[in-house]
Amino acid sequence: MSQSYLHQGSGQKLQRKLLGDWYQNLQEAPQRGEKVAYLFISGNIGELLQACGFHLVYPEVNALQCGIKKVAGPNILSAEDLGYSGDVCGYVKNDIGLLTGGNQMPQGTVLPPPDLLVCNYAGCATYLRWFEALAEFYQAEMVVVDVPYLRGTDGPTAEEKAYVERQLRELVTVCERITGQEFDPEAYRQAVARSAQTEDLWVDILQSAKRKPSPIDAYFEAVFFMAPIYVMRGTEACLDYYRAVKEEIDERVQRGIGPLAREEVRILMEGPPAWPHFRRFWEMFKKWGAVSVASTYSKVGGVWDLGFRHDPDRPFESMAEYMLGCYTNRNWGMRSDMLKSYAEEYEADALVIHSVKSCRSFSVGQADLREQFIREYDIPTLFIESDLADPRYFAEAQMKNRIDAFFEALKHRRVTAQV
Amino acid sequence: MNRLQEILQSVREETESLDFPGPRKWKQANPDGRCVGFFPVYCPVEILDAAGVLPVALFGGGEQIEVELADARVQSFICSISRSTLELGLTDRLDFMDGMLFGSLCDVARNLSGVWARNFPDTYCDYLHFPQNLASDQAMDFYVHDLKRLAGDMAQLSGKSWSDEDLALSLDRYESLRARLRKLQQIRCQEPWRLSLEEFYCLLRAAGRRKVEAYIPVLDEVISILEKRDCRPVDGIRVVLEGSFCEQPSLELIRSLDQAHCFVVESDLARGMCWFQEPIQRSDDPWLDLARAYFKHAEASVVRHRDPQERSQRLLQRVQDSGAEGVIFCTAKFCEPAFYDFVLHKRVLEQADVPYIAVEFEEKMSNFESIRTQAETFSESILFFGEEAMA
Ligand code: SF4
Ligand code: SF4
Repeated sequence: MSQSYLHQGSGQKLQRKLLGDWYQNLQEAPQRGEKVAYLFISGNIGELLQACGFHLVYPEVNALQCGIKKVAGPNILSAEDLGYSGDVCGYVKNDIGLLTGGNQMPQGTVLPPPDLLVCNYAGCATYLRWFEALAEFYQAEMVVVDVPYLRGTDGPTAEEKAYVERQLRELVTVCERITGQEFDPEAYRQAVARSAQTEDLWVDILQSAKRKPSPIDAYFEAVFFMAPIYVMRGTEACLDYYRAVKEEIDERVQRGIGPLAREEVRILMEGPPAWPHFRRFWEMFKKWGAVSVASTYSKVGGVWDLGFRHDPDRPFESMAEYMLGCYTNRNWGMRSDMLKSYAEEYEADALVIHSVKSCRSFSVGQADLREQFIREYDIPTLFIESDLADPRYFAEAQMKNRIDAFFEALKHRRVTAQV
Repeated sequence: MNRLQEILQSVREETESLDFPGPRKWKQANPDGRCVGFFPVYCPVEILDAAGVLPVALFGGGEQIEVELADARVQSFICSISRSTLELGLTDRLDFMDGMLFGSLCDVARNLSGVWARNFPDTYCDYLHFPQNLASDQAMDFYVHDLKRLAGDMAQLSGKSWSDEDLALSLDRYESLRARLRKLQQIRCQEPWRLSLEEFYCLLRAAGRRKVEAYIPVLDEVISILEKRDCRPVDGIRVVLEGSFCEQPSLELIRSLDQAHCFVVESDLARGMCWFQEPIQRSDDPWLDLARAYFKHAEASVVRHRDPQERSQRLLQRVQDSGAEGVIFCTAKFCEPAFYDFVLHKRVLEQADVPYIAVEFEEKMSNFESIRTQAETFSESILFFGEEAMA
């Protein structure tokens, strides 16, 4: 970013404060006698659980924070000491290591244990295994909301929707038993209404990347901007946050400011980032003036840019639709179509696939996607591998060489195309 | 060659060959017939069978195949079975198949269904979502609807219209098959020297490749010959083998265990071939019968969530029921579901004082010496400490 401006960094600062308050509040919940539910990001049902009176813990967000703060490595080793294989998801191992070490987050707050484990099984089978382990370690109750994988290209069927919706209603009964508190349908409806407003703002922010130059890096920046909509969607604070981010992005647009001093290449990003080496990872792209104009990881908690919104008039039904439609619950045909349409709409020059070992849900099929993009669509595609949690899988020199070689070749291709 | 040897040779060939002799032979004899392959673990084969389709259980390429074409499509940190199954397809070894089914066992299999669909656009490919919230009131409706959807597809593929009665008959046939497989398991458990693990395993594997009504009399023959088989008891320890429900260890590895005098008397090898713990209870609605069996009588397995503690308790029960003295966790490299289960299982085994070892395998493994040594040491330690405890 080349010049300073009025709203510079306001989104980032506010996000830090929101998450700080969130963790502080969580730590104090058991002292206040309030209940805590654990759940996952993909297809999360925060609005519903909050209307049932729960505080929410997202173990994936904790794992991400540990990754960025460079404590995931030791946590992962602790879990491996317990018998977890080197070949399973690093997020799970981070969480188990965190748990056995006293559940203290890197910023100092302590996570409360779960009163209920809500396994929103949407898009990742490891979710089931993860909460089965937590159910055992915490001796806590676990409920699954089973979300069928989308098969065709027409979206969820009536039966799939009915199945998920029914489970959400059944879950409410379990929640009432645990909290001893009656579910508040009006609070839920209002939260869902705020979610829809928030989603409008978030989509505007993401779609601003269609401009040239893009005012936002839709991967390296968006993965931070996205945190509140996943963690505290449906709250007033979350809505305010996206208003603030929108102002920041609008100002960038007005002043022609982008995430880098000069946008040389527009890329699409598929796959999660290398959290334990985030800064160095980004630097490798910045060097080439590469700006991400669209990414799939920023949709991992919800795909709103294709039109879906939570609906306060159909709060349960729309929640079921939301869960079914989340990114990793979409079949590969849908995933590659989405990327292909991004390539066109965002006028991207190339696709970068960051394949992470931990997350089979994301990564199995990505090598085939590379084949498809190169051979069928003639879109230059870079395929790199590391991990989103385990710092051991980041081979910096090798990755840097691959990235450099790719952008060098891309530059050459452009020059020759112009001749 | 006597009749038993002849049968065993043919099922061994079926297990090892990459040419799928059984299904190919069936297709030659039934040129209008349809074959649909299924990736492990479970597949409601009765639905395929009722529509006149031959279900073909796939178990990867084993040690025979070189993964080359699939290398560009599936990364190296993914289990061998997914890579070698794709290689089988890409090298036209499955060209006799008219379709392919995947189920919700893990994200690898789930995503592989998409890779398959893209690489074989002209053949039928489907993914079955097996319910994971069996406590929900709606789960049964959802599942029955999905079974009927699959049935519709199968009918279209085979061009055969069929009725509930056909499904009921197919349920009967598969029940008879499973009864024979359970009987073989019982023989193996009671007198492991009467039927080697390799023989038992190949008979089990072939059950997924033969027309069910043709295979039942073969198994009857095997059972009656085995009952009279001339064999002497052999010393060894009795173990349960756990973790090979999807990708399969090679025959060489399986032989190594018998050679190390570790008699596998219970296992989850090729789990899908005998998925139900007990006979399917019958009513006048075969759809509901099949669905209920999945909900209530399927073997506790990591690919079907029910109660987090159920699986470890069931493993312990299997150890006790089979009189096993230990457990061998025999897990495919990169098989996440099995690795997660291992941690929970081992806690329960440790509390119950059941010894165990863990070994890892890959399809393309050539050196079994270390696994054999591990198994021998395990066997000796159990024999030694067992005697010591009795002294
Ligand atoms: S496999 Fe992927 S989606 Fe699943 S828990 Fe791990 S990181 Fe999250
Ligand atoms: S071997 Fe394991 S990881 Fe691979 S497909 Fe089978 S269950 Fe999934």
